[in-house]
Amino acid sequence: MNIDLSRRGFLKLAGAGVAATSLGAMGFGGAEAAEQAHVRAFKLASTTETRNTCPYCSVACGIIIYSDGDLKAGEQAKVMHIEGDADHPTNRGTLCPKGAALKDFVNAETRLTTPRIRRPGAATFEEISWDEALDKIARALKDDRDANMVLTNDDGVPVNRWTTTGYLAASATTNETAWLTYKVVRSMGIVGFDNQARV
Amino acid sequence: MTNSWTDIKNTDLVIVMGGNAAEAHPCGFKWVTEAKATRGAKLIVVDPRFTRTASVADYYAPIRPGSDIVFLMAMINWLIQNDKVQWDYVKNFTNAPLIVKDEYGWSDGLFTGYDPEKRDYDKSSWDYVIGEDGFAAVDMTLEHPRCVWNLLKEHVSRYTPELVEQVCGTPRDRFLKIAEMIGECSAPDKTMTSMYALGWTQHSKGAQNIRGMAMLQLILGNIGVRGGGMNALRGHSNIQGLTDIGLMSNLIPGYLNIPTEKEPDWQTYMSSRSFTPLRPGQTSYWQNYPKFMVSFMKAMWGDAATAENDWAYHYLPKLDVPTYDILRMFELMNAGRVNLYFCQGFNPLLSFPNRAKVTAALSKLKLLVVMDPLATETAHFWENHGEHNDVDTASIQTEVLELPSTCFAEDDGALVNSGRWLQWHWSAATPPGQAKHDTWIMAQIFLRVKKLYQEEGGIFPDPILNLTWDYADPDEPSPEELAKEMNGRALADVYDTADPTKLLTARGKQLLNFSQYRDDGSTMGACWIYSGCWNEDGNNMARRDNADPDETGAYPNWTFSWPLNRRILYNRASADMQGRPWDPSRKLLEWDGEKWTGYDVPDIAPTARPGDVGPFIMNQEGVSRLFTRGMMRDGPFPTHMEPFESPIANVFNPQMRGNPVARVFASDAEQFATSEEFPIAATSYRLTEHFHYWTKHNRINAALQPEFFVEISEELAAEKGIRPGGWVRVWSKRGEVKAKALVTGRIKPMQCGDKLVHVIGIPLHWGFMGAARKGWGPNSLTPFVGDANVETPEFKAFLVNIEPATGEAVS
Repeated sequence: MNIDLSRRGFLKLAGAGVAATSLGAMGFGGAEAAEQAHVRAFKLASTTETRNTCPYCSVACGIIIYSDGDLKAGEQAKVMHIEGDADHPTNRGTLCPKGAALKDFVNAETRLTTPRIRRPGAATFEEISWDEALDKIARALKDDRDANMVLTNDDGVPVNRWTTTGYLAASATTNETAWLTYKVVRSMGIVGFDNQARV
Repeated sequence: MTNSWTDIKNTDLVIVMGGNAAEAHPCGFKWVTEAKATRGAKLIVVDPRFTRTASVADYYAPIRPGSDIVFLMAMINWLIQNDKVQWDYVKNFTNAPLIVKDEYGWSDGLFTGYDPEKRDYDKSSWDYVIGEDGFAAVDMTLEHPRCVWNLLKEHVSRYTPELVEQVCGTPRDRFLKIAEMIGECSAPDKTMTSMYALGWTQHSKGAQNIRGMAMLQLILGNIGVRGGGMNALRGHSNIQGLTDIGLMSNLIPGYLNIPTEKEPDWQTYMSSRSFTPLRPGQTSYWQNYPKFMVSFMKAMWGDAATAENDWAYHYLPKLDVPTYDILRMFELMNAGRVNLYFCQGFNPLLSFPNRAKVTAALSKLKLLVVMDPLATETAHFWENHGEHNDVDTASIQTEVLELPSTCFAEDDGALVNSGRWLQWHWSAATPPGQAKHDTWIMAQIFLRVKKLYQEEGGIFPDPILNLTWDYADPDEPSPEELAKEMNGRALADVYDTADPTKLLTARGKQLLNFSQYRDDGSTMGACWIYSGCWNEDGNNMARRDNADPDETGAYPNWTFSWPLNRRILYNRASADMQGRPWDPSRKLLEWDGEKWTGYDVPDIAPTARPGDVGPFIMNQEGVSRLFTRGMMRDGPFPTHMEPFESPIANVFNPQMRGNPVARVFASDAEQFATSEEFPIAATSYRLTEHFHYWTKHNRINAALQPEFFVEISEELAAEKGIRPGGWVRVWSKRGEVKAKALVTGRIKPMQCGDKLVHVIGIPLHWGFMGAARKGWGPNSLTPFVGDANVETPEFKAFLVNIEPATGEAVS
């Protein structure tokens, strides 16, 4: 499962204990309450921690994502902070200049949020619904496949290949996305199939 | 990687050649630093540029882009001449003693069987002498003149330190110093590790570069040992996974192959995959191919794949060419022969060579579908961005759909790192706006196409209608369900083949691992090498025990490493012929008289006696291959080939251009330049502050490296009148870019024979979308040609010209 122990929560408790003890020992009775009254809580203490791995290079450093909101509890969640996972054997908490700035990738201004279409010859994109976009794709696939599927070669050998549609898969997607993509692409007979491994 | 990132700490010597790990894989490179700090390991860097890795190296040597094979073959020659060979390993664990046919030979840069018309070899002479017993002939004394060892010795004899100086531009004394450092690792208790990346793959002979180093490592006895290995530093977070799962024109998950039309039926397909051992008693593990293949077909088509219909063999396409790789597809697209194209998290406008051709090709599509978390240049290829994308928008009739997908922070699943670790991760955020998981998008596309076939009928709908789709929510299969399919499960009770009364896995349960795969249809499993990742123990990819017993660097209970949670491939080769570790201080496996024990899952049958069964169990020979028979298109040994665009002619054969068997399309051949027209060598590379074309969308990374530049030597700057920070125009026969000039002492001109070769370095991170300043990438310049075996484009060695240009004031 995900993580059971909130490391930040643990640190917060430990830190509060140390502060209370030392303040008390120095004769500042009542200081603890005063401190708590005006010191703002550590922001990350209220976030949800999730284990993940960096999506850039193949070192695959462990990272901890701090989100405002708990996705597993059915809440909306937004990434507030990302840092290296000190428990990870490879990176032991360290990150490079790319990994350290990962939050900016998740929340980039140029993240896509809506399906869009650019009509032939048009100078701009316009919004389109998912339903309309997906129906358009399905129609185009079926029409092109029906028109261009090669069932047999000149020698009459069944070849069942489709070369007029091609598919580039993404090497930052998960294995699970990759396998589902494989099933869909292969079942249709597409042979123009590749990913970044080639490049 | 044969080994893992964390294993690098065990090495004595690191050679980084064909890569720049400190820059491109910084947190993995820390294990080099660890080896240096704690073991006193040394680091050698050989690179055209004095890179960030070179800056922390113990020894550096420059090399002209595209001349690596000369360096590597000369290194092997030096080792042989100076008796720096791990002899027990070479004799027993490589094919050095096997006898090769008399007809095999090499002259004038070419092997026997070359046909210039076909640009191909007849490879029949590149093979062993097979005896009457069906096994390859051997001479364990290595005295036979036709044994692999003596042929190798003869082959590399041409590659001298003088030739290295002349062809590579590497000063002889630097080569010899490196040879001495490497030679020390021929001792059984010394290991070297090779770390390489796209600096070796992106050549028209990339695969042979890598073979060259693999051979070198075998001669030193460095494969299968801690701190050794051939370590490909993959470029993307899951490029290993996508390769393993076979998302390529000619692959089936687990490195099985899509049939060709020369294999019209299942029997013919299987007949060339019998993999009978070529030496007595050898494992030849690929003999299990039918089990993996049938289980894959059952994973795809379930009950529709039966013994009677040859497991639905004809549902698979049959290839008429080796691959419909990206170069072939864009060639076809440019010829108007492709109508629809999908780009899932891939940005070909900046990733594929000869951008002008890529733009022209995309402009001929009817429909382009882009699925991406970010606004890519490819999705916007029709938009005019002035000099950065100067297209005639109105004339481009391609319809483009831009679909928002999720990123790593918003999905669950596994990525496979370079060290073959399948690491599960969890989603932490709500997708922005209407962005959707790729699994949802793929399911929607598939279900809608299927519905059209159900309603309308159509051409050969069977493989679509019968594709397995037993998901709890058909609209969005879950990562858990998909991972379990890759592991495989029992479709009927699975019994022990040695004891048919012993039930191994009951019907419906997850298989333990691929040893339970069957070829009778009683098991399904999509990707045999991953099997064990999610068995009845649960999701082994999510394991987070970071204990490392005896600090070997194995971390055996951290996630899952394919195959079978094995951390170092070929690990039986870490022990001698009696099964004792070559280096007791770096024990990996050991024969205890009955079985193999140690720190890793043995890469051999656990009870296979050390003297009987060779350590390279996937090979029919049971040993590794210094000579690779007819398995590679461009030769059984690496031979020097110049890049297609080279500043000097091939010393062995001045008429030979590039790789003589690489596929070249006619229109591209016309666009190859000569060194008379374009005298300057160029190469491409990454920067540590950026990841491809993604991080320029991040404000922080855009600020760290805001602007496109090219790196040139002080000498070239002086010769051309280029000021530091001044604008330059760089152009090739295919296109041009404008950049700031980074004038540096980190690149020096190289003296290659009587020719002084200048080199320009071109980083690849800029385009016309995102937060960074607009710029270009090397693909505006590079030639449209790929490696002869795998079609990886030649991005690392090409020809350009350079001149000062005008532009806005230097900031």
